[in-house]
Amino acid sequence: MAAAKLMDFDKALELFEPVLGFEVHVELSTKTKMFSDAPNFFGGEPNTNITPVDLGLPGSLPVVNGEAVRYSISLGLALGCSIAPSSRFARKNYFYPDLAKNYQISQFDEPIAFGGSVDVELPDGRMFTVPIERAHMEEDAGKLTHVGGATGRIQGAEYSLVDYNRAGVPLVEIVTDIIYGAEADAPELAKAYVATIRDIVVALGISEARMERGNLRCDANISLRPRTAPGEPPAPLGTRTETKNVNSLRSVERAIRYEIQRQAQILADGGTITQETRHWHEDTGTTSAGRPKSDADDYRYFPEPDLLPVVPSAELIEELRAALPEPPAARRRRLKQEWGFTDLEFQDVQNAGLLVEVTSTVEAGAPPAAARKWWSGEISRIANARSAEPASLVSPADVAALVTLIDSGALNDRLARQVLEGVIDGEGTPQEVVDARGLAVVSDDGALIAAIDEALAAQPDVLAKIKDGKVQAAGAVIGAVMKAMRGQADAARVRELVLERAAAD
Amino acid sequence: MARHDHELVRLSAAALAEKLSSGEISAVEATDAHLDRIAAVDEEVHAFLHTAPELSRRTAAAIDERRRAGEVLHPLAGVPIAVKDVIVTNDMPTTSGSKILEGWVPPYDATVMTKLRAAGLVPIGKTNMDEFAMGSSTEHSAYGPTHNPWDLERIPGGSGGGSAAAVASFEAPLALGSDTGGSIRQPAHVTGTVGVKPTYGGVSRYGAIALASSLDQIGPVSRTVLDSALLHDVIGGHDPRDSTSLTDEWPSMADAVRRGDVKGLKIGVIKELDGDGFQAGVLERFREALDLLAANGAEIVDVSLPSLEYAIAAYYLIMPAEASSNLAKFDSVRFGLRVNPPGGGTVEDVMAATREVGFGAEAKRRIILGTYALSAGYYDAYYGSAQKVRTLVQRDFAAAFAGVDVLVSPTAPTTAFKLGANTGDPMAMYLNDIATIPANLAGIPGISLPVGLAREDGLPVGIQFLAPAREDARLYGVGGALERMLEQKWGHTLISQAPDLAPGEMNAAQEGAV
Repeated sequence: MAAAKLMDFDKALELFEPVLGFEVHVELSTKTKMFSDAPNFFGGEPNTNITPVDLGLPGSLPVVNGEAVRYSISLGLALGCSIAPSSRFARKNYFYPDLAKNYQISQFDEPIAFGGSVDVELPDGRMFTVPIERAHMEEDAGKLTHVGGATGRIQGAEYSLVDYNRAGVPLVEIVTDIIYGAEADAPELAKAYVATIRDIVVALGISEARMERGNLRCDANISLRPRTAPGEPPAPLGTRTETKNVNSLRSVERAIRYEIQRQAQILADGGTITQETRHWHEDTGTTSAGRPKSDADDYRYFPEPDLLPVVPSAELIEELRAALPEPPAARRRRLKQEWGFTDLEFQDVQNAGLLVEVTSTVEAGAPPAAARKWWSGEISRIANARSAEPASLVSPADVAALVTLIDSGALNDRLARQVLEGVIDGEGTPQEVVDARGLAVVSDDGALIAAIDEALAAQPDVLAKIKDGKVQAAGAVIGAVMKAMRGQADAARVRELVLERAAAD
Repeated sequence: MARHDHELVRLSAAALAEKLSSGEISAVEATDAHLDRIAAVDEEVHAFLHTAPELSRRTAAAIDERRRAGEVLHPLAGVPIAVKDVIVTNDMPTTSGSKILEGWVPPYDATVMTKLRAAGLVPIGKTNMDEFAMGSSTEHSAYGPTHNPWDLERIPGGSGGGSAAAVASFEAPLALGSDTGGSIRQPAHVTGTVGVKPTYGGVSRYGAIALASSLDQIGPVSRTVLDSALLHDVIGGHDPRDSTSLTDEWPSMADAVRRGDVKGLKIGVIKELDGDGFQAGVLERFREALDLLAANGAEIVDVSLPSLEYAIAAYYLIMPAEASSNLAKFDSVRFGLRVNPPGGGTVEDVMAATREVGFGAEAKRRIILGTYALSAGYYDAYYGSAQKVRTLVQRDFAAAFAGVDVLVSPTAPTTAFKLGANTGDPMAMYLNDIATIPANLAGIPGISLPVGLAREDGLPVGIQFLAPAREDARLYGVGGALERMLEQKWGHTLISQAPDLAPGEMNAAQEGAV
């Protein structure tokens, strides 16, 4: 397939106004599934976390998970939505082998939450309000694995395997209203919006929210409309595409930028946009056509007769409202102040998607500056080298423990980096790695003095230089001692001892 | 042995239960007697799709063992029961009368099965039915029709013709049925037996293969009103696995039968179900029953439910709409039949080939109807309008019950018709359920019990009582009372007048006795 022609981004923005819309699916971390008592645990041996309900066996019936309803209400409230006094499930009918009943139980005309908005902070600190149309509950489908094709995709595969462990995992789908006015910020806004949703669900404690694991999935709708002269009415909305499979914050931004450039080129060349789903390819940074999607797709929705309407009491809603965490924007302002970060430092942490990790590390006892230094420094470097998310490498508790060891003098930075590698490689907690690898700093004067004596014997003129005022000459001795002791010497103590020796000499 | 069998199988479940608890007979004897009866008559009746004699005997032997050990058992422990094949059983195949599920043994039990087993009843087999409970004659079974024990050339009703024929031919004292538009009550009517559709939500649907989820209800099938009540008391009650199941505390239905009295009871005759389209012999027996009720102190009044005129039309939109979605899961991917098209194909091709071969004509007809009724652009006109009619029917019933305690009608317009008489005319077939469908639309309980034989053909006629939702006990009271009055008047039960299907069995017994 030939690569699509792309228009320069700035040129595209001159000619067209991007119009956005997002559907974000959040997997809820309830104990059991949406409609069955199977454990809500996706992974492990295929087709083990299943009941007759998840397999859609004849005769089986769904029962709504009350915990999922409470989570959904909390999320709706955090999105500024109204909570429906009565909402209803509906059947969305279509045949697909990962859909056990060949209908998905979802909510259609009566979602549990509707009409909200979310304040999203752009990288430069400006706020943008994203309107939320609705948030509704539904069940996830199973997972298909296509075997025998070159790409792992259905085209060319010899057969497909279905794992229903994920079937019935509770989802909330958050649907925005049409988003106008993002303009050239559209890619950054997309990323910041998804990051904000992630922050909200993490603060609520209702989802693991790991995009790389599919806990949080974004479908990005985008269309372009030509700009009209001032005073003229705006052009009608263009045809949209829906990009799926966007599973990192960075991809969200890239996918939107790509689609703007791709669509703009097609429109400028006099072509038309096909209404379709498109698949994002992380490796090539491109999208490819999926299935055509028309507004007339007929899912034959009708109210799910196996379930009663969801009628939360006003008391429950108020109880959940009272328990809501601070909104992300307010929380960020508070944290920035508490941590004493500069605007730039805070934005670095946030734009790197490390706010959750730094917060947790501070909560685990580390000073904010140290938490930031390790997450945006060494851990991000290793993550980059290994093409992994920093959060997947090490836990905030381990980072905090590492910082504590440094602050107590048990480790220096150099040793700490080795300890971090050990932790990342699964050798245990920082203390366990220190013990196992024997990496503790030596500050025992006897051992240090012996090493200093040896170093001075090799460099006899150093003490004289120090006495002449060339204090930096001590560095050569410190270096030699560190080398001899494989980096484990307490450098500050070595320096003190060398200077004392020179003074006494 | 055979003579003993012949008497045992004619006992009501209540009488059999007494002999079991007194130790006069064992559960194994009771089970063997019914298995022998099945062996003797079911070739002609074809009420059963599956029996598992060894399994049933083992179940019965375990009950006997527990009784011998001094355990206090449920009063019905050891009583055999036939189970409509729409109900999933983890030890017997469950097909819902369809080729698409041929040989499928579910990995789980329906809640009603769990309750039956806990009470110690002995499942003796799965009964025949119209495919996916779609029909009024059991002729739509993929495994051949069931025959009416009163006249083997005639239909046993449907969809639960197998369960009704099993109790009518003394193959089982009790059976489970399911009623979406009359599938328990209309077979009871044409076989001279008793059948009850409980209040929607009164009995768990978990494990009943769904036809139309908002209409389906499992209920008891038997030869006496008391037996149905005893079974109802076992299977009823809240089930957390069925969200539509009611959380009510239910009174004993058996007590309601024993205390039943019609003195002072106000009974409303549904005008719309009394006259046009009803067979003369059906109406004659119906009126006699009303006279008997009046003579025993009931007040009989006429009541009109004007929206019943639209009930069948609404039903034949709602039922197929829900069925089209409920039957989507039969796609060959996870269970049941799989048909690979010649030369292979995509999963869609396999699904299509499987459904083409696996579903019968009536199932396909209703899937197509329902799919159409739910389609964008038609939803409001069809499914939406039908739901409005449903609301009107519910209001009509509420208004009627404000003035009367129970409503009454013949259970169906005609006695059993000949096999094949209506198979080419779906509309004529659908009209069989004109009197039973309204209760399903309204979610209210209904009972059918026999009131005699029609003069013109000598075939059974049933009467149907309807009560407000949750007032199932009221139906058992009036049903039990009318049954006592009729049997007093006749001097025998109606079912005792059914032809003996295995006279040889009796002869053999007599010879053996000499």
